[in-house]
Amino acid sequence: MAMTMTQKILAAAAGLEEVKAGQLIEAKLDLVLGNDITSPVAIHEMDKFEKQGVFDKDKIALVLDHFVPNKDIKSAEHCKCVREFACQNSISNFFDVGEMGIEHALLPEKGLVVAGDVVIGADSHTCTYGALGAFSTGVGSTDMAAGMATGKAWFKVPSAIKFILTGKPSQWVSGKDVILHIIGMIGVDGALYKSMEFTGPGVSNLSMDDRFTIANMAIEAGGKNGIFPVDDKTIAYMKGHSTKEFKVYEADEDAKYDEVYTIDLSQLKPTVSFPHLPENTKTIDACGDVPIDQVVIGSCTNGRIEDLRVAASILERFPVKKGIRCIVIPATQKIYLQAIEEGLVQTFIKAGAVVSTPTCGPCLGGYMGILAEGERCVSTTNRNFVGRMGHITSEVYLASPAVAAASAVTGKISGPEELGL
Amino acid sequence: MQAKGRVFKYGDNVDTDVIIPARYLNSSDPAELAKHCMEDIDKEFVNRVQKGDIIVADKNFGCGSSREHAPIAIKAAGVSCVIAETFARIFYRNAINIGLPIIECPEASKGIEAGDEVEIDFDSGIIYDRTKGTQFQGQAFPPFMQKIIAAEGLINYINQQK
Ligand code: SF4
Repeated sequence: MAMTMTQKILAAAAGLEEVKAGQLIEAKLDLVLGNDITSPVAIHEMDKFEKQGVFDKDKIALVLDHFVPNKDIKSAEHCKCVREFACQNSISNFFDVGEMGIEHALLPEKGLVVAGDVVIGADSHTCTYGALGAFSTGVGSTDMAAGMATGKAWFKVPSAIKFILTGKPSQWVSGKDVILHIIGMIGVDGALYKSMEFTGPGVSNLSMDDRFTIANMAIEAGGKNGIFPVDDKTIAYMKGHSTKEFKVYEADEDAKYDEVYTIDLSQLKPTVSFPHLPENTKTIDACGDVPIDQVVIGSCTNGRIEDLRVAASILERFPVKKGIRCIVIPATQKIYLQAIEEGLVQTFIKAGAVVSTPTCGPCLGGYMGILAEGERCVSTTNRNFVGRMGHITSEVYLASPAVAAASAVTGKISGPEELGL
Repeated sequence: MQAKGRVFKYGDNVDTDVIIPARYLNSSDPAELAKHCMEDIDKEFVNRVQKGDIIVADKNFGCGSSREHAPIAIKAAGVSCVIAETFARIFYRNAINIGLPIIECPEASKGIEAGDEVEIDFDSGIIYDRTKGTQFQGQAFPPFMQKIIAAEGLINYINQQK
């Protein structure tokens, strides 16, 4: 029977010739991920197993990223718990302050995920690695514990929606605009339980950073995973970052899809998602006058080097408007260093922005940019639920780095074109 | 396996933040979490819920973060089953993994009202509304998931496999 790309990867990991949508399988895992919030719960669960210890100390990644450097005593205790566990079990991929970065930017950069892998992570944005042609999906802490103990996880084989991308995006349109457009089109449960398979000639016009951004937000459409075909750009990226062997899977030509959408990337405009659901999207020309208080450029969605370059290309010409707090957070140490070497950090600081070491920080309303009552923020993050970044009456508008930077300049939601760019 | 109880009814997109607000995540004690279950959507829930009661909701129940505290709080509050039109997928996994029975049935989610007495048979997936005398066919659990739920969660199930 014809299979989708996701189904082929799952079949191989389950040791089966073929699988079909709805089938329950047990698959072998190539990597199990946890962070400073979810790992302590999983570590606690690990005690309940009769057989103690982890299945493979090299196939577990523990990343302290949400509240580090520790924001308070509670987060310090959580980090300590993960640190001790990593030490006791000789976990080779444990990333503490100094090495860490936001997990979903860090793992591909460290070469820990390659095409064909099956990855679970106790974090909903684990779907990011689909950009590399891997199957990766978010789970809860019990799954993480079971994964760490046994190296396996159960899955219901998903059906899929196919997105055929054509054309080339215009200058200020990025991966973020593509995925916001899609979520606006299909809704926050539009891909519930399903794979989102991106394909078509337009894929070659998207950089790896664009693809990471798109796969990252599959969960915001309810998707189980988002996945891209492996092309020259993917292979170049993997060769540049990893020594792991990769395996390329392709969807069968006659694979069945629940729905097929064709999206002409050249027709897309910068897109903003209004409070309080990612599906409330408007194109930049339809946003109207929305004055703001803060801008955040960072997160697992848009804290990569290309994102910082785009933002800097705007902020090197125009300063941040007085009264607007502009917070820039490179996603990993490597990106941070690169931003320093390329002079981007200098540009941000001269423009009146602050630049922090890597952390999830404000994205989940943790610290480093919490909003007060009634405040508005344009953010390159991925969720704008009620109270996500602070007070329950505050508002988060999701946008690309270009729109975020332009908005920091004007003090209201703006596209770069408004600045004559 | 069967469940039987009175119904609490909610709408679309009940997210994990309202099931158990982030401010209570400094505890992972089920009894403690249960005290705040559904607090931001239904303040009376914890005072009124009785062992065996059932939650019925519309679309995308449990969307948002991957926090497992959400199904843990519901289970510890005494709820015997959640029926919804659809569940967000991480919540679905987490519920099975910790042994909270859940069942998808769009017809039941429309037809059942708050306060109804409802009976559920997990083997057949049949949902019976005693108050109204109506019956709905929900999705029966595949045997694998029934085993996990019967073992009271994934970890016990794995231990039993050895
Ligand atoms: S940056 Fe935000 S969405 Fe990404 S892992 Fe951190 S908290 Fe989650």
